[in-house]
Amino acid sequence: MTRPFWIRLVANPRAAFGLVWLGLVVLAALAAPLIAQADPFAITGSPFARPFGESGLGTDSLGRSVWSGLVFGARTTLLIAVIATLSAVAFGGLVGALAGFYGGRIDDLLMRLTEFFQTIPSFIFAILLVAMLSPSATSVVVAIATVSWPPIARVVRGEVLTLRSREFVQAAITLGERDAAILLRQILPNALSPLIVTGSLLVATAILTESALSFLGLGAPNLMSWGFMVGAGRSFLRDAWWLVAIPGVAILLTVLSINLVGEALNDALNPRLRTP
Amino acid sequence: MHGTRLVRYALLRLLQAVPVVLGVVVLNFLLLQLAPGDAATVLAGEAGGAPPEYVAELRARFGLDQPMLVQLGLYLKNILLLDLGYSFRNSAPVLDLILERLWPTLLLMGATFVLSVGGGVVVGLLAALWVRTWRDHLISVVAVIAYATPLFWIGLMLILVFSIWLDWFPTSGMEDVVAFNEGWARIIDIAHHLVLPTITLSLFYLALYTRLMRATVLEQRGAEYVTTARAKGLTEGRITMRHILRNALLPVVTMAGVQVGALLGGSVVVETVFAWPGLGQLAFQSLFARDFNLLLGIFFLSACLVVIVNLMVDVIYVLLDPRIRVGGA
Amino acid sequence: MNAAPTATVSAGPILDISELSVALPSWADRPQAVKQVSLQIGAGETLCVVGESGSGKSVMARAILRLLPEPQVRIVDGRVLLEGEDLAHADDKRMRAVRGGKIAMIFQEPMVALNPLMTIGRQIDEILEAHTDWGKAERRRRVVATFEDVRLPDPARIFGAYPHELSGGQRQRVMIAMSLVLEPRLIIADEPTTALDVTTEAQILSLLKELQQRHGTALLFITHNFGVVAEIADRVAVMRRGEVVEHGDAEEVLTRPRHPYTRALIEAVPSLVPRKGIAGTDKSAAEPILEIRRLDKIYGRRAQGASWLTRWMPGLGRGRRQAVHAVNQIDLDVKRGSAVAVVGESGSGKSTLARCLIGLEQADAGSVKIAGNEIVGLSRSAWRPLRSRVQMVFQDPFASLNPRTSVGDIIARGAILQGEAPDAAMSQARELLTLVGLEPKAAERYPHEFSGGQRQRIGIARALAVKPDILIADEPVSALDVSVQKQVLDLLDSLRRRFGLTMLFITHDLRVAAHVCEEIVVLKSGRIVEHGKTAEIFADPRHEYTRALLSSVPGRDWQLRLVGSSAGPGTD
Repeated sequence: MTRPFWIRLVANPRAAFGLVWLGLVVLAALAAPLIAQADPFAITGSPFARPFGESGLGTDSLGRSVWSGLVFGARTTLLIAVIATLSAVAFGGLVGALAGFYGGRIDDLLMRLTEFFQTIPSFIFAILLVAMLSPSATSVVVAIATVSWPPIARVVRGEVLTLRSREFVQAAITLGERDAAILLRQILPNALSPLIVTGSLLVATAILTESALSFLGLGAPNLMSWGFMVGAGRSFLRDAWWLVAIPGVAILLTVLSINLVGEALNDALNPRLRTP
Repeated sequence: MHGTRLVRYALLRLLQAVPVVLGVVVLNFLLLQLAPGDAATVLAGEAGGAPPEYVAELRARFGLDQPMLVQLGLYLKNILLLDLGYSFRNSAPVLDLILERLWPTLLLMGATFVLSVGGGVVVGLLAALWVRTWRDHLISVVAVIAYATPLFWIGLMLILVFSIWLDWFPTSGMEDVVAFNEGWARIIDIAHHLVLPTITLSLFYLALYTRLMRATVLEQRGAEYVTTARAKGLTEGRITMRHILRNALLPVVTMAGVQVGALLGGSVVVETVFAWPGLGQLAFQSLFARDFNLLLGIFFLSACLVVIVNLMVDVIYVLLDPRIRVGGA
Repeated sequence: MNAAPTATVSAGPILDISELSVALPSWADRPQAVKQVSLQIGAGETLCVVGESGSGKSVMARAILRLLPEPQVRIVDGRVLLEGEDLAHADDKRMRAVRGGKIAMIFQEPMVALNPLMTIGRQIDEILEAHTDWGKAERRRRVVATFEDVRLPDPARIFGAYPHELSGGQRQRVMIAMSLVLEPRLIIADEPTTALDVTTEAQILSLLKELQQRHGTALLFITHNFGVVAEIADRVAVMRRGEVVEHGDAEEVLTRPRHPYTRALIEAVPSLVPRKGIAGTDKSAAEPILEIRRLDKIYGRRAQGASWLTRWMPGLGRGRRQAVHAVNQIDLDVKRGSAVAVVGESGSGKSTLARCLIGLEQADAGSVKIAGNEIVGLSRSAWRPLRSRVQMVFQDPFASLNPRTSVGDIIARGAILQGEAPDAAMSQARELLTLVGLEPKAAERYPHEFSGGQRQRIGIARALAVKPDILIADEPVSALDVSVQKQVLDLLDSLRRRFGLTMLFITHDLRVAAHVCEEIVVLKSGRIVEHGKTAEIFADPRHEYTRALLSSVPGRDWQLRLVGSSAGPGTD
């Protein structure tokens, strides 16, 4: 009845689709210099070449290869999203764990802070941060991490709070286990699956935020990204709509895949939800 | 009796909002310190535009030669007196600029709120009633795709299809300014302009509420009180409308409150795409004019807006759920 | 819709179930939840269906009203005749007329069985609205009259109240009112008193009996508790893994059970009569190992935080509760080697007391000395050397073991923390597993591979691993099935004798207390109301509350009768 975790995950057709597409994107990002023009900003042909002609996916207004842009954009977008998410998970996880484990005033204080960051309009705050720090890959990462840690903190706090009142944790306390050991040995292994699920879904949100920032022209300069490509193609929507459509589809499919895999992870890691 | 308690509750929530507003001001102040150069040049609009006398006056007013805490105090005082400064880029006080752009944003947000929450509740309920049929699967697939679609991209695609190719809707703006419409004609014109931006901004939230509503209705359908209702001999229709619906609305209301801030963020993107003359577009323009003081003002006022909408959502929640204790015994 | 009470007993049975089978989905542990069950209930009669968890008794009850989660769980065979009409094949419209009108149902947990967002009155009014054409005022009169019938205080207020505003006992009275409002022919009650305290349970049982006699309703009563059966049943059916193994007159089954399973179940009910010579030697000369003086613990006093705000606008505090004096000036000496039961209902403070003694809660005032060491006010690190003195066995065997740690690691951890070498601790863990009746190789396995009773044994081994002087057992058997309860109790008893442990046994169940402890402490609202030798208290309770507790124990007369006639169950 309980099949291995991986089988359960791959047996889900939605998850299988997501895993295949994500695999392709990651592969393209890793092998970018091998499968495309080394510099996505280099002019490779005449401007506005239509896609599926002699120049792959076509060229933009300056004659830059759309294929190159896509492949190198995958690098930028994935890297920024993953690093930002990892930072958010680390920070949010720490805040949530401390709040849930120690409770009382520490919990009050940290949760007020979390609520505050959830209340303020996060995207406008991210814009402000990037603008104030002046646009660069680092400031985009900082901005995305700063606005996306609160959900992680809430999830982790909730998990720690319930686990902390579970009897096996109480038993560890009565055996004289130290706080750090209780957090690492008793609570963390049991809180891992919701953390993984929330974290993976957060990568999708981070990609959307990064794309929106790049679209507004606040992305990392000198780094090709999907949002930037949409933003640059925007002025030529009437005549060269594919410049907008193609990178947008790439974003859509990638975010969709991550969401599908995240949901499948959730189903696979919480077997009790499977019985209909 | 209940009414006065509700007012007390609203007052309490308002008091609890004070630290949030103060927090935003402090955050603004910290952001000012982050920016390259001295705060006065930032406030005056970087890269010039303001006369040197004004910059000097700003220095004195914000006590930039004073210790940090005094600076913070002066900054707090100015913001709380709603003195958000003057934008030399636009030759107008920041507050006036913002208030002028506030109502188009409110219009867009309101329309989006109604479409996404209302639509999400209805579609999610239908999906749950049709659970595991092709209709349910179709709704789920569309929702999961809409949930992954970047706002700016779907906006451009809608313009491409419905404005450029089909010519059903205008590509940008809030009204046809040269037509000088008045009365109903103007309202219809604005509504016509409102359609595409609202759909663009709603799509993601529509998907979000649909999925949430479907999940909670299914969860509530398994609850024991539903078995009780069935054991009373009620029809399935009555059980759904009278028992399940209200219980399932509670998480949706909570989520709607949580999402207000994100909705405002989304409107920045949508307003930029559709040249909708609201706060978001103003933010985008000030970004490129490097008019940071205006940007900070927009951030401050939009945070206040979120706090107010959250307050309204809280009051609605209390009206829906008798378990929330309003005030003391 | 004739609403007049009909006390006439008809000749044939009201409900006639024959050869009923209910199929389970493919992923379940067996193909059928209910197998070929045949039962009859006559008018005015009470039939108790008894069984342990997984016996299919609840599924059978829900199948009668077709309240199963179809199509996964569905009736596959048999008939359910209500006054000659087959419900197993009736259409939806007909079933709706039967539900609430002719057959009503009472559920175990009234808190979740009531819609939290609808007033009580409206939830009952709905039944009348669906089944009658009465006007609003007439319906309201009827609902209020039914509230009076089930003796709910202030019916007019209850009508407009929400479920969360009532107590547990009141909510169950509301459920009973809901079932009675249309004077049905049959009421199905699915463990209606299991979630209630024993004194409330006694009140609800006598109310049900009285109402049934007055209205002549047939009652199908589902329970796991033989005490309740003895209290209320005319006839009994015992279910096991979907089948009825024994079926007969209540008196007959309770005193002369024929099927070995019934006999085992009845034997497993601990006797209310304290065992003689329970602790062997007299402990009055031994020195106290645990000395509790004026111990105090108050919950819900949250003066910090937004106090300036609440002072300024009184009554606006968020989530502030009334302060609860959970442990109130408790004095208690426990002698080395004795077993003391701390008995009380929910909210009596018995668990809080235990948690203060083991350092999971910090007492507010008073003193506790364990073998002379003061523990009140100790920090977590100062507690650490004392951990080997006192250990705890927890209530919920499914929550008390870390699912991601092997059983061996769970047991050995305590000894390792006390400075034992890992290898030695692990071999000691294997010995402990044998001691509690499990295989030594269980050490390599994980908690989810064990049953509830086995997990509780693992929990006991974990507590013993640090060689404690005092063992605190917090309701260690209340989550277990009756047949397993006794085994775990006997294990605790024998281990205590073998190691000379001092045991503090927290329980709500006087039977359990009488079975393992020679001394009893009765707690009510955080105070000790009575304390003494178990035998003496049972023979001559001094405090009014102790008397109420003792007389509320369901099936008390049945067991006393068994002992009186010295023909104990199973001794044929």
